[in-house]
Amino acid sequence: MNTAYEKMINDLAPKKFGWKGNAWVAFLVVVILAGMYSYVQQLKSGLVITGMRDYALWGIYISNFVFFVAVSLVGSLITAILRLSGVHWSTPLTRIAEIIAVAAIIMAGITIIIDMGRPDRLLNLFLHGRLQSPILWDVIVITTYLVISLLLLYYPLLPDFSILKRHADHQGWLSKWYDRLSLNWSGNEKQVRIHAISLQALSIMIIPVAFAIHTVTAWLFETTYRPGWDSTNFGPYFIAGAFVAGSGAVVVVMFVLRKLYSLEDYITDDHFDKMGKVLVLLCLLYLYFNINEYLIPTYKSTKEEAMHLQSLFKGEYAVLFWTVIIGGLILPVIILLFRKGRKPLPLFLVALAVVLGAWWKRYLIVIPTLSHPFLPIEGVPQSWHHYAPTLMEWSITAATLASALLIITLLVRFLPIVPIYETAEERGLTETSQPTCS
Amino acid sequence: MEKEKNSDQKSRRNFVERGLKFGLLTAASGALLAKVFGKSGNTESAETVELMSTDGTLMQVPASAVSHAHESKSAYNPREGFSNRKFVMVVDLAKCRNARKCQSSCNKNHYITGENAWIKIYKMQESEKSAPYWQPTLCQHCDEPACVKVCPVDATFKRRDGIVLIDNNRCIGCRFCMAACPYSVRVFNWSDSWQGDAVEQAAYTPDYAGVPSQKGTVDKCDFCPHMIDKGELPHCVSACPNDVFSFGDMYEDTVTNGSGQSFKLSKLLKDRAGYRLMENLGTQPSVYYLPPSDRVVDFEEGMKNYTEFQSVDKPQEP
Repeated sequence: MNTAYEKMINDLAPKKFGWKGNAWVAFLVVVILAGMYSYVQQLKSGLVITGMRDYALWGIYISNFVFFVAVSLVGSLITAILRLSGVHWSTPLTRIAEIIAVAAIIMAGITIIIDMGRPDRLLNLFLHGRLQSPILWDVIVITTYLVISLLLLYYPLLPDFSILKRHADHQGWLSKWYDRLSLNWSGNEKQVRIHAISLQALSIMIIPVAFAIHTVTAWLFETTYRPGWDSTNFGPYFIAGAFVAGSGAVVVVMFVLRKLYSLEDYITDDHFDKMGKVLVLLCLLYLYFNINEYLIPTYKSTKEEAMHLQSLFKGEYAVLFWTVIIGGLILPVIILLFRKGRKPLPLFLVALAVVLGAWWKRYLIVIPTLSHPFLPIEGVPQSWHHYAPTLMEWSITAATLASALLIITLLVRFLPIVPIYETAEERGLTETSQPTCS
Repeated sequence: MEKEKNSDQKSRRNFVERGLKFGLLTAASGALLAKVFGKSGNTESAETVELMSTDGTLMQVPASAVSHAHESKSAYNPREGFSNRKFVMVVDLAKCRNARKCQSSCNKNHYITGENAWIKIYKMQESEKSAPYWQPTLCQHCDEPACVKVCPVDATFKRRDGIVLIDNNRCIGCRFCMAACPYSVRVFNWSDSWQGDAVEQAAYTPDYAGVPSQKGTVDKCDFCPHMIDKGELPHCVSACPNDVFSFGDMYEDTVTNGSGQSFKLSKLLKDRAGYRLMENLGTQPSVYYLPPSDRVVDFEEGMKNYTEFQSVDKPQEP
């Protein structure tokens, strides 16, 4: 019996939750149930339960949607872009990235339905869909991205399932499921070849689709005339920001999982160091697009743009704006430029700040623009002049975030966090002996 | 009061009459040409009718040469609109003194129960040193409507007669049209509110926006096709005590105000230097504004009626 191989499988095979895991799941379920209660109220009374009104016609549902789409892009970055560019160190992180991508894109789809005034008419998008509308483009690319992401999660799992079904006999039903899901993977030459080609094809396919989903999401805003959205910079600006948010999320999740499952042998300090470098590069890129996005309109200062920018720089959104820009972008860049800053714990904290900053950055992109329409805001109740999310709205939004975390948690429970088969290959470990008793 | 009502009716009748005459004109000219070139002999009768040509001159035409161009009612489709019409509105800012009758009449006749009226009268001022003025603002019924472009389900649509409407039975409530509209004229039904028994039971048609309104969908000014259909002026036009609004058909080059006076559209726009809101955006509105020069009253007088916000009247739920 090959003990190194056996040890690796024992390390990487999914494990039953302890009390911590169960408590975490229970917590998420409570948050989700609270959100579902609020959503039922919303279905009954209408969107009046939110803080949105005729001027602030979109709120945190939409900014949260943009956040989810952004985070989902990381799947394409880690699994596809790094794979295609021949980077091997990222292999242990691909599963985590793909799990995050799938959870985020599912929740993006659900979040946009939550924002709809008439969710009961969802099918109209297919019955009466008009291709002129950027929303239709979004529907098309998001569903495509979901399918490719699921495949990109599933294909590398085939050999892993086959390995797991043999190592999980003590849990009968689970082993049966692994068996079914492994699609008779035996690892013969033909299967390996098809597998490699399929992964290559998916990795290539997902890149334009990933760029498309976030570019189209940017276009939802860019296609309007409104100051703050009327920018040709929005596509690349959104994509750069998405990679920042997604990489931050991967760092957070890999830190937590490594700690809980003692995966130090597989997710090493070196991985953190490299992810830190990736993150700092992406942050710098995002900073560049931010400078373009804010500096040039400030330089020109047309009346409408100036009013919008004033509210960000020194007006009602100033505190949030500068906290996000400095705390979520500039400080991370400075910290991550140092080797010590890329150690697991500091990197984890920086990544947490980056993810939080990314969520609020979407808020700053969506909401302030709506308070500065071309014609003055007059003839509506005073409370309609400004947007403040209601408690119900927050609880629904919290539930979508908790759902994404729950999807990640459940996938972590049943799937190997680090790809077993690929790790074994890279380490030159194989199952030399037949599974006979030693 | 009685008198006012009387003149109101009269103006409506005038409008109907004119509309009818203009409608006949096309048929008439065709028939005349046939008469002249066809040499169909001496069928001329003594009876004549008076018609107005497109350049505004009146002419006598033998009644026998005029036949009624029937607009077949069954062919009318709320999505297509009236054939061979192109509705326009002219808003004379020199006459507006913020009486807000347009707004209250619109609210009343469309049974608006939300907090936001479909017509709003903005306090406008181009620059610090120029005089402020009142600007009644309603849906601009653009020829290149930004709202229609972005609607994912074809719920908001542009008709051949220039009117932009919403099919509230189809709207999914994504509010993209509201984000796209630069004139902020679209409102959302955030909740379900009681509009009174008659309205709640009314059969919905996009032709008569807000009757009844539907929770979770978008509403806005509909240019009153239900009034046009009756040969009458939109509610705001006839309600305005100052004749700020004129409404008409671009193909006829004529607009009529609430007192029943008609103007030649092209001349009016030329003489008074008419303009459209945010022309630079390329939306091509159907609503023209006449600049507030030589105003009938000064801005301050309108301040008497000014309130930061006034809730629209709501019927009591039984």
